[in-house]
Amino acid sequence: MNEFDDMLKYLRMNSWEELFSDIPKEVWKKGIDIEAMDEISVYRYAKELAAKNKDIFDMPNFLGAGIYTHYIPPAVLEIVGRSEFYTSYTPYQPEISQGMLQVQFEYQSVIAELTGMDVANSSMYDAHTSLGEAARMAYRINKRKEVLVPENLYWEKESVLKNYIAGLGMSVKKYPLNERGMVALDKLQELVNEDTAMVYVENPNFFGVIDEGVDEIKEMLGKAIYTVGVNPLSLAVLKPPADYGADIVIGEGQILGNPISFGGPLLGIFATRKQYVRKMPGRLIGETVDADGRRAFVMTLQTREQHIRRGKATSNICSNEALCAVFSVAFVAYYGANGLKELAKRNMDNARMLMEKLRSAGFNAPIFDAKHFNEFLVELPKNPHEISKELLKHGVHGGLPINAGCYRNVPNSMLLATTEMIREEDMDKLVSALKEVS
Amino acid sequence: MYQQAKYNEPLLNEIKGEEEKEISVDVPDKLKRKSLNIPNLEEWQVVRHYTRLSQMNYGVDINTYPLGSCTMKYNPKLNEEIAKWFSYLHPYQEESTVQGALQIMYELQEMLKKITDMDGFTLQPAAGAHGEFTGMLLVRAYHEYKGELEKRRNVLLPDSAHGTNPASAAMAGFNVIEIPSNEKGMVDLEALEAATDDTTAAFMITNPNTLGIFEEEILEIAKIMHKNGALLYYDGANLNAIMGITSPGIMGFDIVHLNLHKTFSTPHGGGGPGSGPVGVRGELVDFLPVPIVRHDGEKYYLDYNVKHTIGKVRSFYGNFGVMVKAWAYIKRLGGEGLKNATIRAVLNSNYLKERIKGYYELPHKDLRKHEFVVKPKNARALDVAKRLLDFGVHAPTIYFPLIVHEALMIEPTESENKETLDKFAEIMLQIAKEAEENPEILKEAPHNTAFKRVDEVLAARKPVLTWKDKR
Repeated sequence: MNEFDDMLKYLRMNSWEELFSDIPKEVWKKGIDIEAMDEISVYRYAKELAAKNKDIFDMPNFLGAGIYTHYIPPAVLEIVGRSEFYTSYTPYQPEISQGMLQVQFEYQSVIAELTGMDVANSSMYDAHTSLGEAARMAYRINKRKEVLVPENLYWEKESVLKNYIAGLGMSVKKYPLNERGMVALDKLQELVNEDTAMVYVENPNFFGVIDEGVDEIKEMLGKAIYTVGVNPLSLAVLKPPADYGADIVIGEGQILGNPISFGGPLLGIFATRKQYVRKMPGRLIGETVDADGRRAFVMTLQTREQHIRRGKATSNICSNEALCAVFSVAFVAYYGANGLKELAKRNMDNARMLMEKLRSAGFNAPIFDAKHFNEFLVELPKNPHEISKELLKHGVHGGLPINAGCYRNVPNSMLLATTEMIREEDMDKLVSALKEVS
Repeated sequence: MYQQAKYNEPLLNEIKGEEEKEISVDVPDKLKRKSLNIPNLEEWQVVRHYTRLSQMNYGVDINTYPLGSCTMKYNPKLNEEIAKWFSYLHPYQEESTVQGALQIMYELQEMLKKITDMDGFTLQPAAGAHGEFTGMLLVRAYHEYKGELEKRRNVLLPDSAHGTNPASAAMAGFNVIEIPSNEKGMVDLEALEAATDDTTAAFMITNPNTLGIFEEEILEIAKIMHKNGALLYYDGANLNAIMGITSPGIMGFDIVHLNLHKTFSTPHGGGGPGSGPVGVRGELVDFLPVPIVRHDGEKYYLDYNVKHTIGKVRSFYGNFGVMVKAWAYIKRLGGEGLKNATIRAVLNSNYLKERIKGYYELPHKDLRKHEFVVKPKNARALDVAKRLLDFGVHAPTIYFPLIVHEALMIEPTESENKETLDKFAEIMLQIAKEAEENPEILKEAPHNTAFKRVDEVLAARKPVLTWKDKR
């Protein structure tokens, strides 16, 4: 007798159907019409599908717009590939999960160092949902209902934000940018009032602009929460937002060592000040000791979370992006402070080099007169979506096309990202192709 | 006997590295960073540090991981390999350059429809709870469209529900009303009927529920909801119990979320990433988030034209890397294989339950689906859990569902064979015996893990949440 029948017999059953005798016959399904494939066939089929794509190694690619292709050192992949990490789950049993707990604690610490904030959680889903959670947290703190966001907030982020706050009856209002693509401080000042729950500022912003007014905002806010959205790599060289008064810092952690992977998994950074820690969403790892007095780590302040507080939890988040946090902390450890600074510099240098090449070729780049991090707008003479398609024929993928009229003061243009993965020859290819198709 | 690796591993910032260097960058002076407290190490130092930490971590690749409602099944390596081939694609690439990726998403949507008998899917939600939240936003949008949102303020759910259910409903702005379970561990139908009226927006339910019990009255439940104009929501965390045998569509559900990281074998990553696709039927397809992947006969494309779309719940298209793994899993198993996985998961659960039920109390009815809940006779669930670790197996979920005191929620999954189940049962029996004869050994457990019992109270009383904090 095989073990299947042996086990059924132990249950005093004659057939497997008896295992499902509690399911009413009228809801039984005829089966699922999906054909099985053997392992080699799945492998080959997936290879064929992968070959239908053109990734950054097949064709230079200048897309960014929130997530960026950086070099991922094999050492990082090796660490994340440890199956002790990736085949574990939420460390509910800390004694047998100290490895993951310490890594998550280190991740929280690294984010706290980069942002200058007191505390970071061990991940949200992505920057967009971090923004939604930040607005909800602002409401928990000041019970106010209006969120002020920059006029160039990308529509997808705005949509996610609105969905996150709909249940609280909160609303979104936009404040303008000035002629240099930075927060129009006087205009923002006029919009802040006793209904303002939160002011959201991005630095660098969606146009890649490093905003020079960010340190003049906190003082105009009163009880409103100051939330800053960051590119974490830029913080290797830029002042941490805590130093200019941020109450909450969010950002896209994918940038630190995670593959872009067609848009996911990503990693939502979420950091705040200690005074707000009990209002914050997401899992937190804390230091403690074990019965022998050895330093150990454990999930803590869980009374904020859904499995304890249910309907009154600060967020519904359960599964998070823990493994993406492993990528990030391993990436940061691999580079170290010096390596991260060099990397950030190289990204900025690349942006400047591409701007210069574009200008020499007669293009207006960047559109805004400001310092940029690793992304900027170049003005184009015709529909940027058409240009984007035509570029493909020249073996290069452009940046994000932006139609005139989408944003105030922005003509037909393209948002170009320049990470360390972009070589000078890629830039030359882009510039000459742009010249030809424009 | 099991012995986990044990190191006194320093924190990353305690490892000695090179000095920090100054660097000149072209940023405005007032925005320049002064210093960054992250050590400068050699690659080998970093690799050793994290390799040692990994050895103090327990995963499915080591042994049984019967964490109830988490479906810790084996994660086939084929899927990991395939996902790597799609790592360097940007989601905003021209559609002509990502046809393979779009095809995978499209095929996954279609396969999930077949598995659940729903009419449309979004793959955008990043986790199960995120899928629930998306589902609740759909409930909102639907009732708003019908002009009834102001009246339909209540979401009902059983008292055995996952904590994420009430949290998700509340986040979407609904009042949460708990429906009691009856002595059989199922929804009390009379209480449900009494609580349902034209203020009801939806009923959220897991079937089988968190006790591992199939809600036999599901068709009656669906009738009650639909008669009152409310929607029926399926928490698919427990789909592994019924896949191929029945489906949310056949049972009358309107909205369902699935956990690709549970039922469809993608690894749990130490807490994530997951993926929580949401399926709907009928007119609800017009409310799904954008974009949806479609096929026009020649090519795959992203459709942003969804009539009453709720917009977006996350950036881009969701956790694509997780989708690829689930896609590979479903392709490999096929419909028959998925059904066989269900049968084996339920057989394993019932077999294990039968092996230990004389030694642990089994409340409610006997026949279970993919998981079951027992309680120790002479010990706390916490102590049993800690003692289990000593034998090199992971503990079940404990203290959940809340309706069973001292609950041990056990889900062996189909990955285990009779031998590993027998071993697990024998350990459970030994612990039951120890609880009577030598209770101290339980209270002092674990002994064989990298660390002894960890002080959770201290951690919460004086939180140290980064290495910047000093205890």
